[in-house]
Amino acid sequence: MAQRTARAETLLWLAQRASAAVLAVCVAVHLATIIYAVQGGLTAEEILGRTRGSAWWLAFYSIFVVAVAVHAPIGLRTIVREMTPWRGASLDGATAIAAIALIAFGWRAIGGLVG
Amino acid sequence: MSEATLKVRIWRGAEVGRFEAYEVPRRTSQTVLDVVTWIQRRIDPTLSYRFACRVGMCGSCAMTVNGVPRWTCRTHVTKVARDDTVTIAPLRNLPVIKDLAVDMTAFFDKWARAGGRFVPKADAPNDFAVVAPDSQERRAADAGIECIGCAVCYSGCDVVSWNGDYLGPAALNRAWTLVNDVRDGARTQRLAAVAGDAGCHACHSQQSCREYCPKHLDPTGSIAGLKRATVRAAMKGDL
Repeated sequence: MAQRTARAETLLWLAQRASAAVLAVCVAVHLATIIYAVQGGLTAEEILGRTRGSAWWLAFYSIFVVAVAVHAPIGLRTIVREMTPWRGASLDGATAIAAIALIAFGWRAIGGLVG
Repeated sequence: MSEATLKVRIWRGAEVGRFEAYEVPRRTSQTVLDVVTWIQRRIDPTLSYRFACRVGMCGSCAMTVNGVPRWTCRTHVTKVARDDTVTIAPLRNLPVIKDLAVDMTAFFDKWARAGGRFVPKADAPNDFAVVAPDSQERRAADAGIECIGCAVCYSGCDVVSWNGDYLGPAALNRAWTLVNDVRDGARTQRLAAVAGDAGCHACHSQQSCREYCPKHLDPTGSIAGLKRATVRAAMKGDL
């Protein structure tokens, strides 16, 4: 049991670190794009004109969403365990639900952007 | 001309208590432990505190001095006094027994929980083991081996204050020295012990332990080493 917990905690830590590395690149590209995109004013048509039907933006934001869905719930789980007595399977379940929700909302947003 | 004095505020009581004020004559090369001892011997013999060696070896006399955990026998008053005032409290993150003495039980129990005991390999030779002084493992163990168990790092660690189960910097640093001990035969069990839900992965790398350690050790670095070692073990299927 202790060994299984140790393995799970180690892999969660690794997943959060690896997703953080991906997010560092994604956030940098995202921010640079924002700065570039607002140079000539900001309109929905302009954004959608750039993203609609683009395989590149589909791939980029898909990776971004997956990285967020891995990274954020693990961090929230850590914060909950530090700040509250909540532990165990119910917290792990809530963490999984948070990950699924982030994937769902993220995909919905991507659908609006590139669909 | 009147003698120069130091204003001292000392925590009296247990978890519930108050600071009481004292005045102590200044002396050359006076340490914070000298101040506490002077008060106990000259003003109030009921003042409780803990010390033994007085030379920075035993790790008994750690207290919170002006909000910072320190070894008081090697802390000069001139270094920490502000406006000729020093505030002395018990260590944080450990239950106060009385005045400046804290209950260290949880601190040392965590050394045991983190696998802090050396376990010789089953095929240990009868002769002395030869460990190359310049090997990577030996140097990593050397870097953390001088811990005196004073609990200054444990007291300064915010993660301990948030999560009372967290093993803490000293216990994890001890585990790291053993992970690098080539004579040790309990590597996998030890890595499992330190990688639980209140182990090395809970560390935020804020480095308070490194900042406050009176021996200038780097428990944060040791914990980072444990994180890497546990990941490698998990990847290989050993964990």
